[in-house]
Amino acid sequence: MYDAPTQASKLDQTDIKITANNVQVYYGDTHAIKDVSVDIVDRAVTAFIGPSGCGKSTFLRCLNRMNDTIDICRVEGQIKIDGEDIYDRRIDPVQLRAKVGMVFQKPNPFPKSIYDNVAYGPKIHGMTRNKAELDEVVETALRGAALWDEVKDRLHTPGTGLSGGQQQRLCIARAVATKPEVLLMDEPCSALDPIATAQVEDLIESLKEQFSVVIVTHSMQQAARISQKTAFFHLGNLVEYDDTNTIFTNPSDPRTESYITGRIG
Amino acid sequence: MPVIWLVLIVLALGAGGYVLGRSRALGSAGGDSRKLHSLPNYYGSNVAIKTLVPSFLVLAIWLIAQPIFVSSQISGQLPDGIVPEGSSVGLVMAEVRRTADGIGALVANGTMSADMAASAQVDPVDLTARLQEAGQVVTSAITQPILQAAQSYRAMNATGGMAMTALVLLIALGGLVYGLRETAPQFRARNVVEGSVRVLLIAAASLAILTTIGIVLSLLFNTVEFFRIYPASDFFGSLTWSPSFQGNSQLGIWPLLWGTLYISIIALTVAVPIGLFAAIYLSEYASKAVRSTAKPLLEILAGIPTIVYGLFALLTVGPMLMRVFGDEGIGWMQSGTAVMTAGLVMGIMLIPFVSSLSDDIINAVPQAMRDGSLGLGATKSETIRQVVLPAALPGIVGAILLAASRAIGETMIVVLGAGAAARLSMNPFDAMTTVTAKIVSQLTGDSDFASPEALVAFALGMTLFVITLGLNVFALYIVRKYREQYE
Amino acid sequence: MTDATHEGAKRHRSLLTVDAQTKKRNAAEARFKVYGMVAILAGLTFLVVLAVSIIRSGLPAFSANMVQVELTLSQEQYAEAEGQLFKTRAYADIFNAAFTAELRERGLTTEFDPESIERIIGQPGATIRSFYRANEDQLGQPVTFNLPTASRIDGYFKGRLLRENVTDSRFLTLADLDLADELKEAGIIQSQFNWTFITGKDSSVDNPGGAGLGASVIGSFAMMLVVLFLSLPIGVAASIYLEEFAPKNRITDLIEVNISNLAAVPSIVFGILGLAVFIQFAHLPQSAPLVGGLVLTLMTLPTIIISTRASLKSVPPSIRDAALGVGASKMQAVFHHVLPLAMPGILTGTIIGLAQALGETAPLLLIGMVGFVAREYPDGLVSAFMDPNSAMPAQIYTWAARSDDAFYEKAWGGIIILLVFLLAMNLLAILLRRRFERRW
Repeated sequence: MYDAPTQASKLDQTDIKITANNVQVYYGDTHAIKDVSVDIVDRAVTAFIGPSGCGKSTFLRCLNRMNDTIDICRVEGQIKIDGEDIYDRRIDPVQLRAKVGMVFQKPNPFPKSIYDNVAYGPKIHGMTRNKAELDEVVETALRGAALWDEVKDRLHTPGTGLSGGQQQRLCIARAVATKPEVLLMDEPCSALDPIATAQVEDLIESLKEQFSVVIVTHSMQQAARISQKTAFFHLGNLVEYDDTNTIFTNPSDPRTESYITGRIG
Repeated sequence: MPVIWLVLIVLALGAGGYVLGRSRALGSAGGDSRKLHSLPNYYGSNVAIKTLVPSFLVLAIWLIAQPIFVSSQISGQLPDGIVPEGSSVGLVMAEVRRTADGIGALVANGTMSADMAASAQVDPVDLTARLQEAGQVVTSAITQPILQAAQSYRAMNATGGMAMTALVLLIALGGLVYGLRETAPQFRARNVVEGSVRVLLIAAASLAILTTIGIVLSLLFNTVEFFRIYPASDFFGSLTWSPSFQGNSQLGIWPLLWGTLYISIIALTVAVPIGLFAAIYLSEYASKAVRSTAKPLLEILAGIPTIVYGLFALLTVGPMLMRVFGDEGIGWMQSGTAVMTAGLVMGIMLIPFVSSLSDDIINAVPQAMRDGSLGLGATKSETIRQVVLPAALPGIVGAILLAASRAIGETMIVVLGAGAAARLSMNPFDAMTTVTAKIVSQLTGDSDFASPEALVAFALGMTLFVITLGLNVFALYIVRKYREQYE
Repeated sequence: MTDATHEGAKRHRSLLTVDAQTKKRNAAEARFKVYGMVAILAGLTFLVVLAVSIIRSGLPAFSANMVQVELTLSQEQYAEAEGQLFKTRAYADIFNAAFTAELRERGLTTEFDPESIERIIGQPGATIRSFYRANEDQLGQPVTFNLPTASRIDGYFKGRLLRENVTDSRFLTLADLDLADELKEAGIIQSQFNWTFITGKDSSVDNPGGAGLGASVIGSFAMMLVVLFLSLPIGVAASIYLEEFAPKNRITDLIEVNISNLAAVPSIVFGILGLAVFIQFAHLPQSAPLVGGLVLTLMTLPTIIISTRASLKSVPPSIRDAALGVGASKMQAVFHHVLPLAMPGILTGTIIGLAQALGETAPLLLIGMVGFVAREYPDGLVSAFMDPNSAMPAQIYTWAARSDDAFYEKAWGGIIILLVFLLAMNLLAILLRRRFERRW
């Protein structure tokens, strides 16, 4: 399935999928994100790293307007996806989130069957015309999340009965099933053991063939392993944003260096 | 000696014991409380407990046992054939007790000397007259055997009372002395006192069990008594409810159960959608300001006594419905009191019950679940309908079952709002009646406690208790399981 | 995933155009939200309708139309009236004669039938007789009497009885209403605050005007004292045991399940329990507030235990650890530290439990505390607990069951008084919570 030519994806790296300009986020009186501007590339993995509380998750949640669900949260500045301002008044966050999928820190399968978990997105978005199509979408998504072989015989058992790693891959399949263009991942491996983490990382590696993947992680090794671009956040500021190699080998900002070498964080 | 004086004396002994024990402990340590194992107060409390607890325990047991013992003795002494046709030993004993009380009252106000009250020469006819004149309740003329029974009843009670007083005082004094002799510096008074307090706490906690046992026993005994004089097959098999005081009552439970069920269904049809949607709106949509005003306002509905709802049904909702569905309107309704009236009002009463329970349950669904759905691009209502509600379903079902049990057990609204006619009808605008309403009417009427017409109330109560208990246990089990799932 | 999905038009879905599917979904969203608002509004509307009917129907109970008449009774008239067989009748005759004379003197225009007066004022004889028997020194002097009008006339002035519904009968004629209107205009009939309603006792079925809630307020109060003094210590003791000491085993589990079930047992079942255990078995007096208090105690205990346990639970474990750490026994830690900290919450829960008990009706009916036993005030402390009395809600029920508009008015009025008590108790609970609430 994932035999798209590597050249093509390298070419696509030059495409800019998301542009953020001077984004400010306030939680009540707290200024959580300070003037962040960043360009996120299509069909690549972008990692947000930084010490906890630095605002990386908050910023991630701005990209599909999940912060709308928090009453006291206020976002200023401009975020464009494919050149369209997602905070434009004409934008429906529901449509936006179908285009920008999200996977959360803790695996959160719905208390439904594995099949229904994956079929949920396509169903609400009216993406399929009949059961056969839906079955196909579910299978494709589960294969895409490298879960199909493990669950194909128990599609109608509860999703909550899977192991942690499987649950997280189920959540990824669930997000993939709605055919998003961007996939946001908020510390997707923090609740998983090393083996499950490796599986999910492999999965992310293959996902970047189709999506622009943005991942928040507290693990620098993970960022180094899987991402092409890395952004370092500190105290609500975007300190440095560059190719992952550059960040880890030759950071330009002393704060980045301190963090990478373990002196802050 | 009246019991109250005995209690006061024992209490005084206890207080004295406290003071004595405390000072004795201090004395034994030479006034230096550091040499004692426990604080001096604990030694005092120990003596007080030893004085009070055993004596009060004996007092309580005696007070319960004596009437039972005396009654069984007296009823054993009653000559054969004194129990008239259609009556029971219990009724005769009640008369004996009334007569004895009457004589007691006469002696107390000085109309009769104590000797005379006990003498065998008292003329029953004269006594009846005197009792009636003194305003004592006497149902019929007192007969000689009853008078004799009453006199020996008085005598036995007097002896019993004296024996009780002596025994209780003896035990109290014994406890006092024992407690004082225990008092020594090495004595672990605190541990003993704390142990006793612990027993007291356990006793308080067990009262809940005792209450349940009390409920079950009081229902069971009287229900068995009822089924002895009225066949259970008729009670559960007959479709007619028509009690009559001449006997030949038809006491079939089905019309009452049907009325109960019908009213509850209407109530739930009103309360569940409104309550559930109110809960959803308050927990998922409402701003903080709306939530903090609307929620307490709705909960006022839950704090209003049911008698208010009853009156509201009888005098406001009933006439209102009559204007629309009555003879001047569509003509479906004969009178303001009907299944619909009671059901609607009961539904209003249950709205906050359903809404606050559902609110709790909806809030227990983890936010991650909502985020997951919203993150996929679901709208809020899709998230609620397809993720939150299915996840909360067991809890909500539990809440609805609890509401149903409330509706089934509700009394005042149906007594005032549903009418009194027991009938099996499908028309919601007919007057019908319920199990609870009939319990009230059968037990507040003039019928004799031993008659099937009164005893049937206990069988009805038993049915009600079993149904609501079943619903509650089941509902609480579901809710508990549900809570554990997300904890 | 098919290749077509990540190529071509599908690749760049514009967000600015809202497709039909999304429009439909958003409409469903809006509808759903409206359902929620409608539900809230429906609930609030019910509350408003309830409040309006209570106030509109209940307020008239607090006023009464009274006739003020000055009467001078001579020594001879007194002696003569006392000498008659129907004494109150004699007084009524004297009164009627005097009143008629006064009206004629005032020059009332309407020609009226002397019997009209009787129908307007009812039977004043008993009131007048008892006044003079108590105050013989007032004989020969002018005394102003404040007499209630008959309930039909009272209802007429309050709008309960409409002129077009009146047909001449031996109870009331249209001419009576004309006269009453004139008396009202002349200021002889005045609307006054009805103290009798607040302080009085229940009256007989044919005298709604004299009915009052006072005696049953005393009954309710006595019951609440019993409930307070039993349920607070027992409830607190049980909660302390279950929350602080009880080992986790099947017996404590049973007790816990039991308590939550008891909280949901219909109140009428507690009435049956009270009837069977306290009256049939223990031979406690029927209709006594003591028995009512005992029944309500058993009924409110689960509520109080549940709320007390919640307040004990909210005291952080660090407090217990701190006390145990300086060598206090577990009992001392609980009684010296945890309990005082939990006390505001416990009191709040108790007050709310009491309020619930105050409004309870059904169990009281079964143990005989119906309204019509509230005919006398208790004389003394023991009598307040042991002698037959009613309670506010039961008295309201009795009035409601009399099927008489005049008594319905009393029932609504009684509800206002009951709700005022409940409101006061809830306010007290809220104040307590505000004043002492502690956030850990």
